[in-house]
Amino acid sequence: MKIAVCVKQVPDTWAEKTLREQDSTLDRESPDGVLNELDEYAVEEALQIAEAHGGEVTVVSMGPARAAETVRKALSMGADAGIHIQDDALHGSDAIATSAVLAAALADKGFDLIIFGSESTDARMSVIPAMVAERLGVAQLTFAQRVSVSGTDVTIERVTDYGFDTISAAMPAVVSVVEKINEPRYPSFKGIMAAKKKPVETLVVADLGLDAASVGQAAAWSAVNDFAARPPKPVGTIVSDEGDGGARIASYLTEQKFI
Amino acid sequence: MAKVLVLVEHDAASGSVKKASLELLTLARRLGDPAAVWFGAGSADAVAVLGEYGASTVYVADGDDVKAHPVVPMVDVLSALVAELSPAAVIVPSSADGKEVAGRLAVRTGSGVITDAVDIDASGIATQSVFGGSTVVHSKVTTGTPIYTVRSNSVAPEPAPTTCTAQTVSTQVSAIAKTATVIERTVASKGGRPELTEAAVVVSGGRGVGGSDGFSVIEKLADSLGAAVGASRAATDAGWYPHQYQVGQTGKTVSPQLYIANGISGAIQHRAGMQTSKLVVAVNKDAEAPIFELADFGVVGDLFEVVPQLTDEIEKRAN
Repeated sequence: MKIAVCVKQVPDTWAEKTLREQDSTLDRESPDGVLNELDEYAVEEALQIAEAHGGEVTVVSMGPARAAETVRKALSMGADAGIHIQDDALHGSDAIATSAVLAAALADKGFDLIIFGSESTDARMSVIPAMVAERLGVAQLTFAQRVSVSGTDVTIERVTDYGFDTISAAMPAVVSVVEKINEPRYPSFKGIMAAKKKPVETLVVADLGLDAASVGQAAAWSAVNDFAARPPKPVGTIVSDEGDGGARIASYLTEQKFI
Repeated sequence: MAKVLVLVEHDAASGSVKKASLELLTLARRLGDPAAVWFGAGSADAVAVLGEYGASTVYVADGDDVKAHPVVPMVDVLSALVAELSPAAVIVPSSADGKEVAGRLAVRTGSGVITDAVDIDASGIATQSVFGGSTVVHSKVTTGTPIYTVRSNSVAPEPAPTTCTAQTVSTQVSAIAKTATVIERTVASKGGRPELTEAAVVVSGGRGVGGSDGFSVIEKLADSLGAAVGASRAATDAGWYPHQYQVGQTGKTVSPQLYIANGISGAIQHRAGMQTSKLVVAVNKDAEAPIFELADFGVVGDLFEVVPQLTDEIEKRAN
């Protein structure tokens, strides 16, 4: 079985994120870059499926030069090979262009499963897996809290507002997984050493048969007009509990018409 | 006036139109003539309320294929309507389904998409609150039919009564829609509480709750206010509360009228999911906890003293 897992390098979850004044894009330089936490579950799920059913896991990432660290991290967890799409022309790409690039990198490679995390912790759009499925014309099985593979079929439990839907498809399919589907493994020392020798293919936009003018900020189908830091909230009323803390909140909520 | 398509969601159990959909209709009126798009059965009962909130038309797509396959049938129907009507915009909820519908529809119709808008003005400029609410962004779709997903509780629904006409649309779904099939729908018990992302009031517990037993105190307070229950990552990671109730960067984003944080320190991880709440009340033992920087009203104290007293007071005052 051939499994692709798409990962993104994002600013550290615990870092303050900011937009750059000059072009309103995310500052990816100042904070530490990490493997998107929600993608760790995707990598783990891919590895577990490959371990259970046999197969090979390829990590695919689009991002600047330093995103190579993120590909390497996924390899150190146990993935077999990497594809890193790195091109200055990609800077400022919107989700439309990003999905086109990923779909072009994934198409015609014979992947049975293409696994994503449910969202990135920076942009938080949650649209890329659906867009990639749309572009590739394959089944979309997203927001999975459980994935099971049987023969040529894959079945997931899709988390919904009311519980979950059990959804099935013949492979190939695009899958996205939610947090807590598994416990992502930590890379072992052996894994980290082995990752250094694993093959990583670095591609530019032209290698994918795409026009560099169709990606990047200038080609985006939406644009930022302006942005600003949210003004700090005025300081609220903070009191110490003198045995009447609950009653004081109740009075406050009554004033605010919640009671 | 150009139509504005609004994907309307209804409660799986009761069939009633979700409040968030009435919010979307309210926003849609700024951009054009709102037209609701309804999937599944029960539209006849909804026509009146959709009209009350300004929808002049409801396009109804109700057929077995629509129910049998996830997400894509909605894209099929909406893209056909976009081609037929050339609407001024398409507005969908920022739910899992809604975002995926928006993403696919954008690719299919050659349109830009803006997710998680909290406001849209008459010129189509959307306001987004990003990075956990620390930055406010104004942006605009520049290509195709603007597609927006809008967060719950972004605007107050305002009635604008008109006569709503139902119109049945084709539910012929594409071959790609049929690549995935829903085998079974499982409805989990929510104990009658409102949906977390839609609730007007959210009561959350964190590390300070100390264990799964402690959450009964949180639930009692929530029930006294008709609120949803949330939890911080510390609480869900510890297994004290189910992870689908996690509020934060790696969980749900909520924007209720009132958010009550109990035993939650307020790390960035958590603030990212609740910072845009209209009013924040915090209870925490630690006077230095960052949650107090966000709180409109805070009590430094033991939540096991403060919260039960608050619940009692609310019940007393309600009677």
